[in-house]
Amino acid sequence: MNNRKLGPSKTGTSHWWHQRLTAIALIPLVLFLVGLLPNMAGATYREFTALMQIPITPVVLLLLVCAGLYHMKLGLQVVIEDYIHNECVKMALVVSLTLFTFFLAAAGIVSIIMLAA
Amino acid sequence: MAETPNRPLSPHLQIYKPQITSVLSITHRATGVVLSLGVVLLVAWLMAAAAGPQYYEAAQACAGSWVGYLFLFGFSVCLFYHLLNGIRHLFWDAGHGFELETVTRTGLAVLVGTVLLTVIAWVLGLTVMGKL
Repeated sequence: MNNRKLGPSKTGTSHWWHQRLTAIALIPLVLFLVGLLPNMAGATYREFTALMQIPITPVVLLLLVCAGLYHMKLGLQVVIEDYIHNECVKMALVVSLTLFTFFLAAAGIVSIIMLAA
Repeated sequence: MAETPNRPLSPHLQIYKPQITSVLSITHRATGVVLSLGVVLLVAWLMAAAAGPQYYEAAQACAGSWVGYLFLFGFSVCLFYHLLNGIRHLFWDAGHGFELETVTRTGLAVLVGTVLLTVIAWVLGLTVMGKL
């Protein structure tokens, strides 16, 4: 981390670094999801809401959705920047991606909280 | 890029013979894009569940259909691949595993691990659901 805070933008490595931080966070979170999915798959509404009343379920789902969406946003942004060479289109897509990510985050967080309440 | 027509270009992708390094690399990106779709559907599923029992039942019917299962299976393959290859990337980030022989070996391990984890997860998952 010798290059932290250096360079004209001061935040040149933050995209790279946040991608790695969320990657590490997602390792246990994703494994939790893999364990959760079979329990959710056949569940009735009552069984599912009961599962959401156990604090660990909504807590881990919140972390998973937040870290997952941020990781997704960072990754898709690189894909856009690599393949779209028209500056206007590129800018529009990255801004759309950012706004869409915020929408998904808000929708996911509110839904999880409603289900846990 | 119309504004800079005479800049030198690197050789096109089709020139290169596919190798385990390049194929696994682009697969990491492709699986990441598929997983993005998966996160969108997960949030949509949570929204449906929060909207009430009738929407939840509709979402469960979609997920439980053969198309739903096909997507879930594809999603799980992408997830395990991206997970294992992502860990491989983290080791590279820490400066380990760059020898050509090691790169090939870890690449093969990712492929074998993806198959194993997918099979294990589905056998355990279907057992939990009482379908096996």
